[in-house]
Amino acid sequence: MKASTVKIIDYKAGNAPSVLHAVKRLGYSADFARCAQDIEGASHIILPGVGSAGATMDSLREMGLIRPLEDAVLSKNVSFMGICVGMQILFDHSEEGDAPCLGWLGGRVIKFSDDDVRVPQMGWNRVSFVKDALPGYEEGFFYFVNSYYAKPEDKSDIWGEADYGGIFTAAVCKGNIYGTQFHLEKSGEAGLKLLDAFLRAGVKQC
Amino acid sequence: MLTKRLIACFDIIDGRVTKAVQFKDNIDVAPAEELAGAMYGAQIDELIFYDITASAQKRAIDIETVKKVARRVFIPFTVGGGIRDVGDMYKVLEAGAEKISVDSMAVRSPQIICDGAKAFGSQCVVLSTQVKKTGKTPSGYEVFIDGASFATGMDAIEWIRRGQELGAGEICLNSIDNDGTLAGYDIELMKLAENAVRVPLIASGGAGEPVHLRTLFTETDTQAAIISSMLYSPRMAKNYSVGEIKAYLIREGVNVRPVD
Repeated sequence: MKASTVKIIDYKAGNAPSVLHAVKRLGYSADFARCAQDIEGASHIILPGVGSAGATMDSLREMGLIRPLEDAVLSKNVSFMGICVGMQILFDHSEEGDAPCLGWLGGRVIKFSDDDVRVPQMGWNRVSFVKDALPGYEEGFFYFVNSYYAKPEDKSDIWGEADYGGIFTAAVCKGNIYGTQFHLEKSGEAGLKLLDAFLRAGVKQC
Repeated sequence: MLTKRLIACFDIIDGRVTKAVQFKDNIDVAPAEELAGAMYGAQIDELIFYDITASAQKRAIDIETVKKVARRVFIPFTVGGGIRDVGDMYKVLEAGAEKISVDSMAVRSPQIICDGAKAFGSQCVVLSTQVKKTGKTPSGYEVFIDGASFATGMDAIEWIRRGQELGAGEICLNSIDNDGTLAGYDIELMKLAENAVRVPLIASGGAGEPVHLRTLFTETDTQAAIISSMLYSPRMAKNYSVGEIKAYLIREGVNVRPVD
């Protein structure tokens, strides 16, 4: 078993088990986190996302996880990965249900216009990585399922971009905070490789 | 750019993949998780499983098979058949599927589409429908249910429009006329559908050769295609690999995810 202690937040909206399967397949020890106590001692926290930004924020509030997450990620610098809606709620606000979000990154989440493209975006899109947040990535195909996308205020937070009726933010990174709009856990071997790179980063291997 | 998706479709009976022609005469192919694992290795884009006897036997879907598949594949997969309510949907998602497909049940009780979309988001709900050209409805295409055995009198295009309004995030059209013929997709049907809805469309029924996918993707605004016989049916003289099909499509200028 590898050294990282991975906690996957499970708010009963769907795909946390898929993320757990993926992390375990890579040889890491991982558990679900459903309350503040569960994230204590984590080296990495993953927030999967299915459903709406507002519902996800409500679930985190109900589980009493917002303050403990801020403490872990913003104060103690624990590595954090938000996937899909889990990435969207890192921003100040989502247009979906007019929901205030965590605000760890500046910016808003807005809807694709279905005048231009079919919504939701569903399928494999080519992502170009515009900065070296994790080593060795320039581009790759990843699986997206989204009607909304983030517009970061600070362009330097953008990690990856893709094209769906125009260029949109496909991944973000700021220090120990990572987010992918695509589903890392469902993007085949490319997704598993990127997930592995995230789980290796920032941890001393024994 | 978003790529066109190839979806391998598996009809499951007792945890094993079977193959039918025009919804009849199923023959056994392989255990579901083995074939799913092989397709994942071959870099198929997505998978769909139908538990084809669950509805008729009035039982819930086979969750154990869903769990076995989820441990082997790390691409999205959809599960359908025997989904009766939000509780059943939750079990399928928790077992590792991304999407739930509703078909006959949604015709009987359209509320299941809204309930699913509210509970899990539209992106989790695929409205799948069995369609036949009967000339008895305004579009000419009529919705059938229960393994293509019962004509509903409903207009197929009207039904998918309603499905989108109710919250379906994706629509899969299964052509009863073309299913198992290996003669190509129902292009006329997909052209009607592309103008009727704004959610992504999946075409199903009729694929026998790679050229059928090229025709579908170049002549219609369809986002994904279901293939099954051409990949693994023992009835076919030649099966095609995912790599072969994708290499052909790329040569023909169709935007698909390349195989590494």
